[in-house]
Amino acid sequence: MIRSFCSLMLAINLLAAFLLPVSAGGACDDPLGCVEVGPDDPIVVGAMLVISGAINYLGEDTLGGVELALLDRDETLLNHEIELVVEDSLCTAEGGQIAAQRLAADPTVVGAIGTNCSSAAQGAIPIISESGMVMIAPSNTSPSLTNTDIAAGGSHRPGYFRTSQNGLIEGMRLAQFAMYALEAESLATVHDGDPYTSGLARAVADTFDELDGNVVFEGAVNKGDTDMTSILTEIAVHQPDVIYVPLFEPESNFFAAQMQYIAGLEDTIILGGAASFSSSFPENTGDAAIGIYVSGPLVSGDAYEKLLEQWVDEYGSDPPSGYHAHAYDATNLLLNALEAVAEINDDGSLTIGRQAMRDAVAATEDYPGLTGRLTCREDSPFAGDCSPGTALAVFQITEAEVYDDHWPPPLAWNFAADSFD
Amino acid sequence: MFKWKTDEFSWVDFTIDVLRILIVLGVVVGAWNTLSSGRITFAQWVNLFAAGLSQGSIYALIALGYTLVYGILLMINFAHGEVFMAGAFSAVFLAEAFNRTGFLNEQPLLAILLMIMFAGLLSMTVAILLERVAYRPLRGSPRLVPLITAIGASFFLQYTFRGLYGSGFKAYPQVKILQGAVSIGGINIPIVQIFVFCSALVLMLGLYWLVERTRVGKAMRAVSENKEVARLMGIDIDWVIMFTFGVGGFLAGSAGVINGMFRPQGVNFFMGFIPGIKAFTAAVLGGIGNIPGAMLGGLFLGVIEAIGPNLVLAGLGIPGANQLKDVIAFTMLVLVLIFRPQGILGERLSEKKA
Repeated sequence: MIRSFCSLMLAINLLAAFLLPVSAGGACDDPLGCVEVGPDDPIVVGAMLVISGAINYLGEDTLGGVELALLDRDETLLNHEIELVVEDSLCTAEGGQIAAQRLAADPTVVGAIGTNCSSAAQGAIPIISESGMVMIAPSNTSPSLTNTDIAAGGSHRPGYFRTSQNGLIEGMRLAQFAMYALEAESLATVHDGDPYTSGLARAVADTFDELDGNVVFEGAVNKGDTDMTSILTEIAVHQPDVIYVPLFEPESNFFAAQMQYIAGLEDTIILGGAASFSSSFPENTGDAAIGIYVSGPLVSGDAYEKLLEQWVDEYGSDPPSGYHAHAYDATNLLLNALEAVAEINDDGSLTIGRQAMRDAVAATEDYPGLTGRLTCREDSPFAGDCSPGTALAVFQITEAEVYDDHWPPPLAWNFAADSFD
Repeated sequence: MFKWKTDEFSWVDFTIDVLRILIVLGVVVGAWNTLSSGRITFAQWVNLFAAGLSQGSIYALIALGYTLVYGILLMINFAHGEVFMAGAFSAVFLAEAFNRTGFLNEQPLLAILLMIMFAGLLSMTVAILLERVAYRPLRGSPRLVPLITAIGASFFLQYTFRGLYGSGFKAYPQVKILQGAVSIGGINIPIVQIFVFCSALVLMLGLYWLVERTRVGKAMRAVSENKEVARLMGIDIDWVIMFTFGVGGFLAGSAGVINGMFRPQGVNFFMGFIPGIKAFTAAVLGGIGNIPGAMLGGLFLGVIEAIGPNLVLAGLGIPGANQLKDVIAFTMLVLVLIFRPQGILGERLSEKKA
């Protein structure tokens, strides 16, 4: 009898423990549920960034952008402190999945910035979408992430947005650059099976082909490969004018360093992707990096210069990559949406509708960000794309980047300003 | 030639013989198609062969550690790839310091020698500690026990070095005298590949001399033949086993620096895993427990990996042939295990042991 009573009390207590946080604060009529922020509780914002591994500089770069955006608001919003929870999404689908699961398991997280890599996004998107959250990626470019046609390989789900440019746009521009600026007649592409690299390689090859260029080789390496002699020899058989190599480090280092020893590729130009747009690429590749073209984000303007000054004041050095401005914009989109939809209750607590958050981000139109005027689109294959796609350029690596720690390299082509005519 | 024709018919023997014929046919047809198409020039074949020989030299140096330990303890030290990583990852910091001071390019040979000594001694220490802490207490237990321990030790070493040096990638600095190529008969061979092959050859010859011409080598061979008899002859078994681990560790650490000259990028805590597995494959290919076999197995594996995709797979019209490099390596392992489990030079070992 006493045992039955104790069990009943325990059950009631457990039920109460689950129900209380929901019933406290304002009433929630959002179809996806609400985040309740108590009067003295912080607003929790998540971040899924690459904190460890070969390209952790990208995580460091974007985390800086997020932190500076929070600092701009004194890490406070609607009289609540903003708490940033950072999860390591690595640069893999599994990493993204784990990071997303950790954030989704915390009912206080309002939304997330991330991921850095498209592969990690593929793992994270279904979980974040299912949980009702919003994620805004600062450096994903894979076209599949904004394509809603699942049968065609699309992986977009509601709640996914990005401030980085779509690979379709980047691919189109780089193919034009190869054809008109480098005067290439033949092109080879190499990816590593990652959605980011394969998406870009596909987009460049398709556009180059549409421009009546000759795509002579489309191949792939494995992640973790150190010996590129075999694929380079195969490419040398076709003697392309340009090889488009959007690989990550260290595969991109191995590729560039070993190419100099392959007979038949002496005059071939390497065009690298934004994954190689880091000061570590020329340092680790050595002499072989000199002359290589790499695409990367190009942001300018007074507001951006101010951000760079803030960065140096805060971290004591220059940003390690080029996506901090995209992360800054992503954070502002998230916080602006939060500010717009949060209901302030009498006791100062907040009720934030999850669907309302998604709608508010999706409604972003002509927002003056550092990376251009941002408008979030809903039409596939650009669903969730908020970037105007103008902050893109091609740089050419010189001796200064290899030996003198100079970064970024000199500009070879600014898509916002230069014309192919 | 065909066992099922001479002995009583067996479906297993028949299947193996059919498989053997198909493999030979596949190799011949693939190679014929590639060579007759003339797609790849002679200079490019030489480039592939030279790169394969250099890669194979590194496999061989690591494989020697597997084979030495197996020869003496009949155990597979699966943590040996991490012993290689320990030397390679640690020496990259020394290399960076030498580069910062200019010593690396002012006295390149001395600097490389110092780096090899440093990495070799560090890996030797790791290997000795591994034997003393993880394997010696398990001596005499069933063979599966040290095998599982070795896998655990492998993870332990990986994450210890991740904790020590971080999870990011590092790269060895360029050594100017190793840049460029020498022209041999109009074909350019990278200097670094000649350096890798020659350095590995010197180390392998040094090991052969140590094992065949010195007292300690004689003791190693004696322990390898019969531990109990060796003990009765006054040989300190524990010391010899520890020394063997140390020698294997030194070679692995040295291979780490030589690898850093050859493939300078991608130095991280996980870098020992794949070379370790490949070196194990090389040791099995050559005949595990057999020192010349490990050397030969390493070189053979390196060359097959470099040439195989372009020669055989591309000739058979298999798409993405270069991505199947690892498939070639591990298929070789499976084929050796099926057709010649004792490895290429395995018979010679068994004759000696007999």
